[in-house]
Amino acid sequence: MAKAKSKALGYLEWWVVFLLPLAPLGWLTYNAWIFNLGADPAQEIVLETGVWAINLLWITLAITPLRRVFKLNWPLRYRRMMGLYSLFYAAVHLLAFATFILGWRWDLLLKELSERPYIIVGALGLLLLIPLGVTSTRGMQRRLGRNWLKLHKLVYPISLLVMVHIIWQIRSDFGEQLVYGLILGFLLGSRMYFYLQRKTRVMRAARAA
Amino acid sequence: MLIKKPDSIKSSEITSESVYLNRRHFMRGLLGTTALLATGSANAVPEYEFEKDLPIYRGPDWMQQKIRESVRNTALSTDDKLTPYFHVMSYNNFYEFGTGKKDPARHAQNFQTDPWKVEISGEVGKPGVYNLEDLIKPHLLEERIYRLRCVEAWSMVVPWMGLSLGDLLKKFDPTSKAKYVEFTTLHDPDQMPGQRSRFSTLEWPYVEGLRIDEAMHPLTMLAVGVYGNAMPPQNGAPLRLVVPWKYGFKSIKSIVKIRLTDKMPNTTWNLMAPQEYGFYSNVNPAVDHPRWSQASERRLPSSLFNPNRVDTLPFNGYADEVAELYRGMDLKKWF
Ligand code: HEM
Repeated sequence: MAKAKSKALGYLEWWVVFLLPLAPLGWLTYNAWIFNLGADPAQEIVLETGVWAINLLWITLAITPLRRVFKLNWPLRYRRMMGLYSLFYAAVHLLAFATFILGWRWDLLLKELSERPYIIVGALGLLLLIPLGVTSTRGMQRRLGRNWLKLHKLVYPISLLVMVHIIWQIRSDFGEQLVYGLILGFLLGSRMYFYLQRKTRVMRAARAA
Repeated sequence: MLIKKPDSIKSSEITSESVYLNRRHFMRGLLGTTALLATGSANAVPEYEFEKDLPIYRGPDWMQQKIRESVRNTALSTDDKLTPYFHVMSYNNFYEFGTGKKDPARHAQNFQTDPWKVEISGEVGKPGVYNLEDLIKPHLLEERIYRLRCVEAWSMVVPWMGLSLGDLLKKFDPTSKAKYVEFTTLHDPDQMPGQRSRFSTLEWPYVEGLRIDEAMHPLTMLAVGVYGNAMPPQNGAPLRLVVPWKYGFKSIKSIVKIRLTDKMPNTTWNLMAPQEYGFYSNVNPAVDHPRWSQASERRLPSSLFNPNRVDTLPFNGYADEVAELYRGMDLKKWF
């Protein structure tokens, strides 16, 4: 009885966590539908999907520190989902840019992808996210074994590429970039801290032996 | 503070409402016609219709009167389709009120634009601090429909209301040393939240500048209104510059100082990133900004069905009028 209840709650939790990241897309779609995105709906969609791609990437990266620092274990269940959502929003971000801003004019797309530094690093970030998405299934995880972990360490350089992507967009105000940068600093810094701690422990153990 | 009045400005008459109305017809019908006959190029300003719930900015009484007397300068106006009023007043770059496009419309609604004073200084015979009313009153206001091209590669078509900057400057007797004009926006962090931002790399107040021949060019406009009404605060009320052949950031808003000088002014964006924003910043499809290709632009409003992309023209399509100002200059170097 209690077991069935907690299982039901588990389902509920899953559905809530699954549906929440779709809310921004729903909001955008609805407002686009009622023509409520202002004079430049294309720009609005590109910016908003970019913001959620980065938010979800940062959330993905936060799950391990949450576990280590705050002993919060339940989010681990959703790490893959958050990563996939980040990839999803980044893909919509690119599609929106190509469709609504460039109107699929290949000459313009090629020019943007080859000449704008901030677009090049963004594209590189998205490109590297794709293999992570493709290999995110349990089957792939099993098949790749230790290599899976190695491959998914790519998420660190990806996060740095995305950081550069938004830093190169600074016109004059860097408040947003500062916030994302500080959070990323904490997320990567905590990993560094735990890594060094583990290393000194291993070294001490080796010396003791 | 000593507020001067230019000699040429007569004190305003007290006029009853009915005379106003008559005069409005008189002005539009007769004075408008004389101006029209003189230049062959003026027309009545149309009565624009707006969606009911859109705010309309009327300005002080004297401004309303000046606007009622205004005429459209068709010779200087483009035939391009107007960007709807709603978009003109809700999609703005005015970093004093925030960096988002919607921020100015959100944060500028209580911005105090009346009374307003403008300091005219430097290389002029009649320097002083003047009431806006006294600056504007001697001039016939004109409506001019100009293309507005933002450095961010979008554009609009806007019916501005105002006068030629050159006509105003001449009244203050520029000296022979006046080689440049420097403009300064109000600095008032209490009213302008963007000026309070701790993460902004821009230095306040915002400063822009023109070469004197650019300032005296008949296309260069001081605007006090749009769409047959006073200027909305988010668009730079009560007094802004409009230089249609340059990127939008040159068209400085909410001006409180006009200084004529013999040196090229240090302008805000140019100070911050000289390799990205030149002093001239003439619209030029051949010179890209590091972040934006300038070869084409999206004419707003764009829709999701059509980006509304059009080729960008040299000098924003005003090459016939202004290219001669830059004859012999390497526009790739002097971008
Ligand atoms: C081919 C790949 C990509 C392209 C072409 C691209 C393009 C763009 C463009 C055009 C903008 C708007 C710039 C502006 O007009 O100000 C932008 C903003 C942004 N992009 Fe990307 N991007 C790409 C990949 C990514 C990825 C992988 C992420 C994150 C995971 C991302 C996150 C963002 C963010 C956060 C913004 C800023 C939003 C804001 O300032 O509010 N982008 N991107």
